[in-house]
Amino acid sequence: MSEKEARPAPLTRGFGRGPGSHRGLTMPVEKPKDFKGSLWRLIGYLKPYWSKIVFAVVASIASSIFVIISPKIMGRATTKLFEGFMLKIKQVPGAAIDFIYIKNIIFMLIGLYFLNAIFTYLQNYIMVGVTQQVVYEMRKDTSSKLSRLPLSYFDGRTHGEILSRVTNDIDTISSTLQQSITQFITSIVSLLGIVIMMLTISPLLSLVIFFTLPLSILVTRIVAGKSQRYFIRQQNLLGELNGHVEEMYAGHEIVKVFNYEKESIERFNRLNQQLFDAGWKAQFISGIIMPLMMAISNLSYVFVVIMGAVAVARGTITIGNVQAFIQYSRQFTQPIVQTANIANIIQSTIAAAERVFEVLDEVEQLPDKENIILVSKPEGNIRLDGVNFGYFPEKIVLKDINLEVKKGQTIAIVGPTGVGKTTLVNLLMRFYEIDSGKITLDGIDIRDMKRADLRSLFGMVLQDTWLFKGSIKDNIAYGKENATDDEIIRAADMAYADHFIRTLPEGYDTIIDEAASNLSQGQRQLLTIARAILANPTILILDEATSNVDTRTEILIQKGMLSLMEGKTSFVIAHRLSTIRDADLILVMRKGQIIERGTHKELLKQKGFYADLYNSQFIGLKGNYIN
Amino acid sequence: MLKLLKNLKPYWLSIIGVILFVFLQAISELFLPTLMSNVVDIGVVNGGINYILKIGGMMLFIAFIAMAASITGSYLSSRLSIGFARDLRTMVFTKVESFSLEDFNEKGTDSLIVRTTNDITQIQQLTVTLFRMFLRAPMLFIGGIIMAFSKNAQLAFLLMSILPILSIIIYFVAKKSMSLFQAMQIKVDKLNSVLREYLDGIRVIRAFNREDYEKERFDKSNFDLTGTARKVNTLMALLMPVMILVLNLTIVAIFWLGSIRIGSDIMQVGDLMAFVQYASQIMFSLIMFSMMFVMFPRASVSAMRINEVLNVEPKINDPVIPLIPEQTLLEDGSEKISRNIALQETRAEKNGKGHLKFDKVSFCYQNAKEYAVCDISFQARPGEITAIIGSTGSGKSTLINLIPRFYDVTRGSILINNIDIRDISQESLHEMIGLVPQKPTLFTGTVAENISFGNNSNQLSREEIKRVAEVAQAARFIERMPDGYDSFIAQGGRNLSGGEKQRLSIARALARHPDIYIFDDSFSALDFKTESRLREALKYEIKDTIVLIIAQRVTTVMGAEQIIVLDKGRIVGIGPHHTLIQTSEVYREIVSSQLSEEALYE
Repeated sequence: MSEKEARPAPLTRGFGRGPGSHRGLTMPVEKPKDFKGSLWRLIGYLKPYWSKIVFAVVASIASSIFVIISPKIMGRATTKLFEGFMLKIKQVPGAAIDFIYIKNIIFMLIGLYFLNAIFTYLQNYIMVGVTQQVVYEMRKDTSSKLSRLPLSYFDGRTHGEILSRVTNDIDTISSTLQQSITQFITSIVSLLGIVIMMLTISPLLSLVIFFTLPLSILVTRIVAGKSQRYFIRQQNLLGELNGHVEEMYAGHEIVKVFNYEKESIERFNRLNQQLFDAGWKAQFISGIIMPLMMAISNLSYVFVVIMGAVAVARGTITIGNVQAFIQYSRQFTQPIVQTANIANIIQSTIAAAERVFEVLDEVEQLPDKENIILVSKPEGNIRLDGVNFGYFPEKIVLKDINLEVKKGQTIAIVGPTGVGKTTLVNLLMRFYEIDSGKITLDGIDIRDMKRADLRSLFGMVLQDTWLFKGSIKDNIAYGKENATDDEIIRAADMAYADHFIRTLPEGYDTIIDEAASNLSQGQRQLLTIARAILANPTILILDEATSNVDTRTEILIQKGMLSLMEGKTSFVIAHRLSTIRDADLILVMRKGQIIERGTHKELLKQKGFYADLYNSQFIGLKGNYIN
Repeated sequence: MLKLLKNLKPYWLSIIGVILFVFLQAISELFLPTLMSNVVDIGVVNGGINYILKIGGMMLFIAFIAMAASITGSYLSSRLSIGFARDLRTMVFTKVESFSLEDFNEKGTDSLIVRTTNDITQIQQLTVTLFRMFLRAPMLFIGGIIMAFSKNAQLAFLLMSILPILSIIIYFVAKKSMSLFQAMQIKVDKLNSVLREYLDGIRVIRAFNREDYEKERFDKSNFDLTGTARKVNTLMALLMPVMILVLNLTIVAIFWLGSIRIGSDIMQVGDLMAFVQYASQIMFSLIMFSMMFVMFPRASVSAMRINEVLNVEPKINDPVIPLIPEQTLLEDGSEKISRNIALQETRAEKNGKGHLKFDKVSFCYQNAKEYAVCDISFQARPGEITAIIGSTGSGKSTLINLIPRFYDVTRGSILINNIDIRDISQESLHEMIGLVPQKPTLFTGTVAENISFGNNSNQLSREEIKRVAEVAQAARFIERMPDGYDSFIAQGGRNLSGGEKQRLSIARALARHPDIYIFDDSFSALDFKTESRLREALKYEIKDTIVLIIAQRVTTVMGAEQIIVLDKGRIVGIGPHHTLIQTSEVYREIVSSQLSEEALYE
């Protein structure tokens, strides 16, 4: 399966499975790693509701008992009816059907049926309530857990993977809790009850039924095993096909302009045909389980009818009992199939729960220290002392970084991609924790500060222009709670965004949609700059902040930025050298180390890596000029 | 939904077959109780063991027929419903592949993916259950009624009078649950989108200390969804017991009325027993039918979304009789490698003729109030570089998107060799274009496959692939990869850096030897050194072709024969660097924003 980022999670996942599906039996089952442990943990979630669950269990036991005894009672009525009838046929004088007896039985039955309905409803109702509450809590737990996880967790996984744990897996748990638990109980009770009833009616007839039992288990086993192979193939092919679709759609314009459509459709059709082959076989083979079971059930039906009829004719059994027995034998296979089904469903549910628990068990980021130090009047002096850091222990990204930044200074960081420029930012804001060394802010170790306090000192504009679905106004105001309209407009104005916002149909109230198709990349960037301006931080981080804006617009923004940066400590990471010429200190990074440092002029004089980099941008220019 | 099912037409024979076999199965199953009643009424009453055995044998035979019919039906129906899903999938995919960029962006990539994958799976599930389970319901229903009438018409009428009550219950529950299910679907989507947004923006959220706000947002959606889910499921919790209750009460009523009839000698006991079984089969088929309504809303949402795709009228179509542009007429596709040299000769001859011309082109996005580009006229000749520069949102990308007909011009026309591009087939138009997009998109496969992407009929030779990689400055990093040109590129090129991806996508365009190159800001991820080396190498390669370059950096465009300066969708300056620097205010601003004074006048 693909792991494309932000892959749309399946939109349509059910609460409750399709009726009568044999999913549990024929589909490949995912085995949980630690069945017992995870099961107990899931049960732990149910603990607060134990009294309700006990009630639901009692209700389901009661309702299935009512279901089980009613055929037997009805059988008594039939027998009476038949007896009276036979007497009449034999022309016994005064023979008549005992209608009072039958009437009594019918009232009894009506009572039983009502009780059954009430208890079934109660049990369903309770389980719906409990399940929804449990699932709600689970989602909530996962969500707040996510907020305590370090950034490395999110960087190391695709969004689709995390999404599917919070949505799909919890969904699976939900439908199982809601239906399968009580179904399981009902099935077992029914099974026991039916066996007892059948045995009391006729051990001989029961023997016929028990005889067909291993037959139906065997048939199911064999067929299910066969179909599983095709289901697995189908699953894999579907994954491959979906991967192809995702890729072709993501690169639609390339596919078009390179005339790749035909090949793409050919490949699609090939996969689609293979999928069809595996799919119909899987469906067909799993589809014959039902007729086979029916046939076996019909077989026993016929035997019961024949043997029963013979027995009635010989007078060793009443006709009502035969009728009741037929009904029991019809109900007999259902709970067996259901129990087998549920066993599989429970397994995959535990596997799903395990994945959710995995999220809940992830190592959280270090909690804030207890005796945190508050920075009352932040100035923005920053010091890095021998900082070492690597995303993986074996791969060091930053080596022995020493740096002293005075308040109000602008620090530019340059260097080829992948040398750890952004890493530095990650460390300053404690998105990641350093391995060794020390970072201080106004003389205080940042690990002694509350994360929230530390981050509130920073304003950040990233290359990635994240905006949420909402109005432009709300998006800018994200930087500062309770910002007034005036403040928002002023910030937008400083970021050179006011003008274009006003040209939009709804102005500041324009809703940014998810795909943000109504804004260009540059415009989005301007909004993120406005957001940072409004937050008015002590320290600014501009990580390729203007990479999506053209240089002419950039000049205009820069005016706003310069006034924003005034008196603030700023870190600027830039690709374009022209934007960092005026920095107080330029750090040139290469392979995780600062290889050169100084002002623009000093570095040019050094004729080192920076000078080289800087001059290369004019090669073409000079060449053309000579021509 | 019904509209989609129309596509089942080619399967009409199978459908009839399925119906037939299901009917056969239903009838045989319904016949069993009748035989049983015979066993009771004739066999047991008269004590004829032989008769019982004979009928028993018949029952076995019929049970066997039921099984055979059911298996055959299952065979037909699984081929039918899976085949239907396959056809639908092909239809949707083929349709989407034919979409212009405008059609495509209207729906969005993610949404189209869901429609082609999940939505169709959803429909498949419906058709599978439809043919496997629900088709039996009406068969059992009809068959059951016929048998019931044949046993006892009066009782059957009684049964019929209960059915409307049941139908009304089903109708109301279905109506209510459909709307609730739909509401729930919306809330599930909402919760997903809140979470996705959180994951996408986690850095910003943490930087601005808005974790609590986001948590609240999630909690609100979560609470909302839980409420609706509870309502839906509570309703469902009620449905089943009520249906079963009605079923049971009906049976009891029939039993009572039947026994009165037996008392007055108009009915036999066995008949009553059979009748009770028919009644329960009829009621059960109704219950089965009501379950359909649980599945239906989900599938109908999917069906609607699939139909939306299938109903799109492509905005851009090939002309009925496409013209063939002269230049491509000369080229024989089979001689791709020698073609380059041959091409250069023919091009040299035609230097005056082969060109790209924008003639008063204006374009307006759908629903937009203003023109994105307006009144654009210029010519690009082979052997010349035409550069386009301008602010963000000035319409540069829009302008070049008009050339491969990703969008069609609103007014004016674009001509290649004096032929309007709308008069050529899209395929031959695209054949002429080598596009290097802003965002380098790569595909799963090897490096070599990616470079020769779209050159299906003539597999490029390894030497040629190596040569273009060399030109695109990609050879060095490719050779450093574990398997060189056979190294595997993961989906979206995740295992490559931005600059590497960009160089590969340049190589891919070079491998086509197109007549027109379009570089849409394609050097942005390269560092200055690599870029200047690349430009140097490109110079020879793209000689005698039309080259359009969109760029942010002045250094990239300075060497161009003609620079088009765009501002707010209009041309505000056109000419070579040295002219523009004097005549265009906007151009001067751009230049001075990027170059130091010394560099300019050195």
